[in-house]
Amino acid sequence: MTRLLLLVMVMLASGYAAADTAQPTENDPLAQSRAVKLSEQLRCLVCQNQSIAESNAELALDLRRQIHEQIAAGKSDADIVDYMVARYGDFVLYRPPVRATTALLWGGPALLLVLGFFVLYRVLRTRRTAAPLPALTTDEHAQAARMLGDATEHGR
Amino acid sequence: MNKRLLVPLGIFLAIAAFLFAGLSLDPREVPSPLIGKPAPQFRLAQLHDPGRTFGNDDLKGQVWLLNVWASWCVSCRIEHPLLVELARANVVPIIGLDYKDEPELGRKWLAQNGDPYRLSIVDRDGRVGIDFGVYGVPETFVVDKVGVVRYKQIGPLTADALEKKILPLVRELSKS
Repeated sequence: MTRLLLLVMVMLASGYAAADTAQPTENDPLAQSRAVKLSEQLRCLVCQNQSIAESNAELALDLRRQIHEQIAAGKSDADIVDYMVARYGDFVLYRPPVRATTALLWGGPALLLVLGFFVLYRVLRTRRTAAPLPALTTDEHAQAARMLGDATEHGR
Repeated sequence: MNKRLLVPLGIFLAIAAFLFAGLSLDPREVPSPLIGKPAPQFRLAQLHDPGRTFGNDDLKGQVWLLNVWASWCVSCRIEHPLLVELARANVVPIIGLDYKDEPELGRKWLAQNGDPYRLSIVDRDGRVGIDFGVYGVPETFVVDKVGVVRYKQIGPLTADALEKKILPLVRELSKS
C-alpha cells in the first residue's frame, strides 16, 4: 500500500517540474515576467512537448514575439491567451479549460483516488470482519496431536 | 472460474482498447478552431507583382483554396504535382500563401516546379500564417463563397484527401 501511495505522490509531483528558458527581450521586468509566464503556458505546435518558451522552432519564436508585442500594446493576459486559442484551439493550452468534453480529464484523477479508497476500505473491512477460525473439537485435537506426533504436547 | 480474476482481465481489455484506438490518431493533426468561421482578414503583396495586393474580399462569391507553401518547405514538393494537376483541371482557384519566405526564392521555386496558383501572396513575417493558425507547412484551406473556412488539410495534400474530401466539398459549396 505504501508503494502505491508513493507512486501516486510521484505522479502528482511530476506536474510541477517547470522550465524557465525564454528569450530576454524587454527592458520592463514586469512585462518580461508576464511574457515568460504566458509563453510557458502555451504549447508549441511544431514540437508539441515543448512550450513556446522552451521551443526554438521558428513558429515559437514568432509567437513569443506576438506575446511581447501584445503586452506592449497593453493587452491583458486573458486577451493574449484568447488570441492564441482563436488561432490554434484549446490544444495550445497546457492547462485545458474545464468543459463537458474535458470533465473526465479534470475529474479522472480524483475519481481514481476515490475508487482507490473504496477498494482499500472494502479490503480492510473484509479482513477485519473475517470470521475467526472455529475452535477444534476434542476429536480434531486428538487427530492433530496424532498427526504432529509429540510436538504439540511438549511445544510452546 | 473465479470471478475476481475477471476484474484485472476487464481492466486490461479496457486499457488495451483505448491504447489501440490511440494508435490510429495522429497527434500532429490539431483540429483547427477556424473551421466554420470567417477566414481571417488579410491583404498582402502579390509574389509576382509586388506592387499589387490581394485580400480575401477579392474572391468573395467564389469557392477557393488557400495553399500555404514555401520554397524551404520539403514536403511541399510532395504535394506540388497534385496542385499543378488540380490547377490544370481548372475546378477551383488556388491562392498560394508564400509563408516566411524570400520572394526571390519563392519565384524561383515556382519557376522550377510549376505554378499552380492563380496568384501567390507573400507573408514574409508569418503574421497572416499565425492568423490562420498555420503550424506545419504545407497546409490547405477550403474557403466558401461567403469567406468561411470549411476545411483544413494539415501537411501535404494526398490524392485520397483531394478526391474524397476536398473536391466533393468544393463541388457542394459551389452549388449553393
